[in-house]
Amino acid sequence: MEGQKTSLFDWVYKYGTVAVIALVVLYFSLTNPYFFTYDNLKDILRSISIVTFVAIGVTFSLIVGGFDLSVGSTVSLTTVTAASMMVWYEQGPFLTLVVPIVLSLLVGLVNAFLVVKIRIPDLLATLAMLYIVNGVHMTYSKGYSIYANMPMQDGTTAPGKFQEWFLWLGQGEWFSVPVPVILTFLLVAITHVYLTYTKQGRMLYMTGGNLEAARLSGIPVNRYRTLAYVLSALFAGLGGMLLAARIGTGQVSSGSSMLMDAVAAAFVGFSVFGVGKPNVFGTFVGAILIGVLLNGMTMLNLPYYAYDIIKGVVLALALAVTYYQVRRKRKA
Amino acid sequence: MSILQMKGIVKAFSGVPALRGVDFEVKAGEVHALLGANGAGKSTLMKILTGAYQTDEGSISIDGEQLQIHSPQDAKAQGVQCVYQEVDTALIPYLSVAENILLDQLVQAKGTDLIRWPRIYSQAEDILREFGFSISVKKQVEACTLSEKQLILIARATVQKAKFVIFDEPTAPLSNRECERLFQIIAQLKQAGVGIIYISHRLPEIFQICDRITIMRDGQRVHTTETAATDMDEVISHMLGKSFAEEFPKVDVEMGEPLLEVAGVKGGKVRGADLTVREGEIVGVVGLVGAGKTELARLLFGADPSDAGDIVLKGKKLHLRTPKDAVDAGIVLVPEERRKEGIFVEESVKRNLSVATLSSAFGFVRHSLEALQANDLIKRVGVKTADSSLLVGLLSGGNQQKVAIGKWLDTDSSIFMFDEPTKGVDIGAKSDIYRLIGNLAANKKGVLYFSCEFAEVLGIADRILVMCEGRIVKELDREQATQELIMYYASGGE
Repeated sequence: MEGQKTSLFDWVYKYGTVAVIALVVLYFSLTNPYFFTYDNLKDILRSISIVTFVAIGVTFSLIVGGFDLSVGSTVSLTTVTAASMMVWYEQGPFLTLVVPIVLSLLVGLVNAFLVVKIRIPDLLATLAMLYIVNGVHMTYSKGYSIYANMPMQDGTTAPGKFQEWFLWLGQGEWFSVPVPVILTFLLVAITHVYLTYTKQGRMLYMTGGNLEAARLSGIPVNRYRTLAYVLSALFAGLGGMLLAARIGTGQVSSGSSMLMDAVAAAFVGFSVFGVGKPNVFGTFVGAILIGVLLNGMTMLNLPYYAYDIIKGVVLALALAVTYYQVRRKRKA
Repeated sequence: MSILQMKGIVKAFSGVPALRGVDFEVKAGEVHALLGANGAGKSTLMKILTGAYQTDEGSISIDGEQLQIHSPQDAKAQGVQCVYQEVDTALIPYLSVAENILLDQLVQAKGTDLIRWPRIYSQAEDILREFGFSISVKKQVEACTLSEKQLILIARATVQKAKFVIFDEPTAPLSNRECERLFQIIAQLKQAGVGIIYISHRLPEIFQICDRITIMRDGQRVHTTETAATDMDEVISHMLGKSFAEEFPKVDVEMGEPLLEVAGVKGGKVRGADLTVREGEIVGVVGLVGAGKTELARLLFGADPSDAGDIVLKGKKLHLRTPKDAVDAGIVLVPEERRKEGIFVEESVKRNLSVATLSSAFGFVRHSLEALQANDLIKRVGVKTADSSLLVGLLSGGNQQKVAIGKWLDTDSSIFMFDEPTKGVDIGAKSDIYRLIGNLAANKKGVLYFSCEFAEVLGIADRILVMCEGRIVKELDREQATQELIMYYASGGE
């Protein structure tokens, strides 16, 4: 009897997320004929592409046993700066890409400095950074979203506009596959290979698995933790730039809702196929789950303000499964 | 005159017996020492008396009246108090001295919820005055010295009308002057008719202040005597016993040049250590728990910062800021806390074994090489595992330790340090570990072996350094060393 119970839980633990996705897809397909069409599936993937970038960043911070709450603000920051480079300053591709990337690397370095050097607990340090970065991006944009021909403070209109190549990143298609979806697949593949097959990836996992044992095994743990926070911010920053390209404006505070989605995706990803650790592929599946749920709810005409309830429930369930498994392992 | 008696106390932890029918008694107005080597069962016995553990069999009584002690509250209600070694765990640092002294009353106060500050302060002052002490009762405990904190705990115990007080290694953190003051307080308590159980590793002070001595070994009481009727040698021989039959194979190795030379290393608990390790030599560093062995090992490994001193390896002076520096230079450590510091319980045997030597090409892990190396190491260190992909957390303690050792074997290091490597390890694994260490020496490596098991060190080491209170106090050759001698120096003998 006990054995059966255990194996049932194990099955749910390993395949539960995938099964839920399948069930949700099946349900929505039956209730809405439009749901299971190529166009809609494309929509879903396109809608989760940015969250996936951010969630992979969060996954890196989780792998080294940390946490990064500031990713949402970093998304907002790069969305606004990328837009401003084109709209306010009429810059070409070089600065439009480099400035936001440098800024997000900077955010990552400050996070790492606070957590690794000053030794502030990760949740608190990145909470402070969440507010600082958010404030910086608001101050920079003076609270206004950035779009072509927007009125400037001196009464003139903004000189520049979003450029074609930039918009293509967020809106274009390549063999009728959306570009952001291709970029997402690329990122998932590269980070998966990096974490699974390279020495650095292995050392990141060892660092998170037991910090003290890793240090006493001669691993330069502080360097790896720094690397994780920098990559976390970098991927969030890239996500923010994609967001600007997709909606064609530099929306203020656009990243604030990303944090929750990204964290939920990363934690859902823990258990996918029974890995039991933060992992990129699982995170991607987690992002898909959330994307499918949101898309389906939109079709059912659920009010948008109810979405947070569903997302919160998904996160709570994922956490419940993860920590229940941790407790079970301890007992064994 | 009241008397506290423990009779036939039996206690086992998941089948492993810790106490096997122990009798112990203490009378009012008596200082009764409880002695024994590490693991003899002293703390377990005292934890049963204070209600932290429940006894499996046996009884506790005061003046023949049976006590039911199921919780620390029960013990306190019967007038049994304990002054713990770790004073900080029993005090609340941001409250005042007075609040800490009267803590139990404040917590248990019934009726009014109001706190009458003037009364609390004057009550606390009265208690402190009795001991001839003048700490401001409004001072925050955070700002108090260690001996003041201890006094606060003693004061708290007496407020409770303690009939019996346990002192667990009270002098370990104290200076000589502070010790003298503590002994005066104990004398006062004794005069007031309090029965005192005194636990300490320092034999000289036992003979100075105790009336009777009870010695435990392997979970049993082996001897109880009046202090006046015995001497240190007799006490030591009772603590060690003569029945040590374990055989440790010792391989004789020709020694070469000095590898590691350490001079005046200080930091944290370590107050000065000089030592030399030669090629092929096994140097044992022994001392009682808390003597600073682990701390010394961590200093030599760069795991903790050192304040002063030189570490020279093969004639080259080292600056160790992190363990990575030490590993790169060729010094490795198998740490004491295996699960916390030595292994990754959630990772496979293979990944644990490769953590220090993982080979890669263009940044990519060479998985087939890793597997080959893992299987080779598993054979060499004798890890009993079905497969190298099994999680290390699922292995037995001994096999986990072999993994913790195995990860260093392919590093080509010259100094191998072991901190209590046989702790919580079964006999079979123990002899495997001794064999591994012997092989290292035979391959011209230098070995530093830190342990509080004297017999073990006598069996394995070429030379023995005895530590006491953060210093290396004595160097003994293999031929001249005996357990008695080690115990003598380790417990502060001159």
